[in-house]
Amino acid sequence: MTPSGIDLNLGATLPAVFLALATTVLLLVDVFLPKERRHLTAWLAMGCIGVTFLLTLFTFNLQTTALSEMFIADNFTGFLNLIVLVSAAITILIGIDYMNRTGSARGEFWSLLLLSTSGVMFMASANDLVVVFVALELLSIPLYVMAAFRSNNPKSEESGMKYFILGAFASAFFVYGAALVYGATGTTNLSEIVTAVAGITASGGASLTYLVVGAGLIIVALGFKVAVVPFHMWTPDVYEGAPTPVTAFMSVGAKIGGFAALLRVLVTALPALVAGQSPDPVWMNTVMIIAALTMIVGNFVAVSQTNLKRMLAYSSIAHAGYILMAVAAAGNPLQADGAAQAALVYLLAYTFTNLGAFAVVSAIEKDDGTGTELTDLIGFARSKPLLAAMMVVFMFSLTGIPLTAGFTGKWFIFQSVIDAGLFPLAVVGVLTSVVSAYYYVRVIVNMYLTDGEGDPAAGATRYVNWAIYISFAGTLVLGLFPILASNLTQAVTLVALR
Amino acid sequence: MVPTEAYVILSMVLFAMGTLGVLLRRNAIIVFMSVELMLNASNLALVAFSRQWQGVDGQLFTFFVMTVAAAEVAVGLALIVAIFRTKQSINIDELHLMEG
Repeated sequence: MTPSGIDLNLGATLPAVFLALATTVLLLVDVFLPKERRHLTAWLAMGCIGVTFLLTLFTFNLQTTALSEMFIADNFTGFLNLIVLVSAAITILIGIDYMNRTGSARGEFWSLLLLSTSGVMFMASANDLVVVFVALELLSIPLYVMAAFRSNNPKSEESGMKYFILGAFASAFFVYGAALVYGATGTTNLSEIVTAVAGITASGGASLTYLVVGAGLIIVALGFKVAVVPFHMWTPDVYEGAPTPVTAFMSVGAKIGGFAALLRVLVTALPALVAGQSPDPVWMNTVMIIAALTMIVGNFVAVSQTNLKRMLAYSSIAHAGYILMAVAAAGNPLQADGAAQAALVYLLAYTFTNLGAFAVVSAIEKDDGTGTELTDLIGFARSKPLLAAMMVVFMFSLTGIPLTAGFTGKWFIFQSVIDAGLFPLAVVGVLTSVVSAYYYVRVIVNMYLTDGEGDPAAGATRYVNWAIYISFAGTLVLGLFPILASNLTQAVTLVALR
Repeated sequence: MVPTEAYVILSMVLFAMGTLGVLLRRNAIIVFMSVELMLNASNLALVAFSRQWQGVDGQLFTFFVMTVAAAEVAVGLALIVAIFRTKQSINIDELHLMEG
């Protein structure tokens, strides 16, 4: 690392840095806005996201590093930035009326949301373990606060507390893992770790032990963040207790950030971490076992849930398992790019579908936070036929039925897994998808086939409807034109830039 | 000169103590202190490795860890106070409104 003015290359960092700076300004603006204009803060936040989106488009095709090689700007970064910005925008739409009607509207909520978004953006562009760590915290700390944001609601406070303790616990694992990797390689820069790893695996000794244990601790820490089995215990409680817009963002944003870091650290920095005769990296088997466990536990436990938010929490655990299959497939050096592209397509499909499903949950939720049981969906098809029809599409997409985004995502994932030769994993994936159909279809049965008095769906206000329409459009377009997804991600490669 | 391994073993012991503290203690403040112990164990390892490699990367990382830990304290203590106001207790075993 040679610090000099020239390799700061601030232009490449512009989207993430702009959003972080704009957020701090927004916080001040909110304080000085007169009380009757406070509702404007959400729209100002939306404006910040719009500008950042444009800046990301301008820097999309860069292939460069910045800030003394700590920051990397390539298509992978750009693509993930666009996904997380879209999910933040949809979250704002879900949140505007929700925060008002539940009596927890405060201007700093939007600043926290943007801070967390910029954390995901830094995470997607991290080329150094220090940046991964700081971005991980920038993503998580605002989420702890947002989870507990519904004041005087014990469930929300409990959710924030649980998320905080387990999140801080996971961060400590990450730092220790990073310390051991630094001890083995003498650098925290991902591009330099790649070159150091080759020498260490050849010579072995204490350095190899440090490296393997360090990589294991980093997998544990990021596994906590993206909620994979056996590090998923916090997920259902936190998702159920947090305000629904926060749950929606958490289920998407935290996963995008976590998987970005997993792919960057495992695939770009540690692909050569091999032991013995096998050409596959040592982390590949671990990731495979975790992925299989995650899909099995997530899908089977979701079957027995009666609360819609809890069910979607277990469903999001299961989907983390599907994305983790792609991470395992990326361990095969010949398939790394294809698998990374599959993970990105799946994340895009999952983002639209899951945000749509949570927007529908916020539409049926009552002002006091109740009304999210599966039985509360009875009569929804009669009171809001259009939204119910869209919920059907979201459920089909989560199952992975053709002509929806979920199918496109699963198609890419299974293809990359089979190309990498991980047939048992593909079989587990297909079988657990069949199990998942059971609990997703139950939602549809409750909406259409169960007799009962219609729920008024008080939360289905204008902006929530918009959020549902946008998610629906995304889900359908990706499902009908899978070619779009492959074109979008074609240029994405995961290599270490020097 | 004390070998780096000695520092690494000490940091592993501290890290394990912190982990056990998080898993076994029930008072939210003590759990929180245990997390800090884990972070500081990592700092010790980072500084020891930094000396071994004759570089500043590890020390730089340590400063970031300390700064982020301070931010975590601010949020964590606020959450604990909020919980104490509603429950009059900070025993994390009593956080069980949601089950299933």
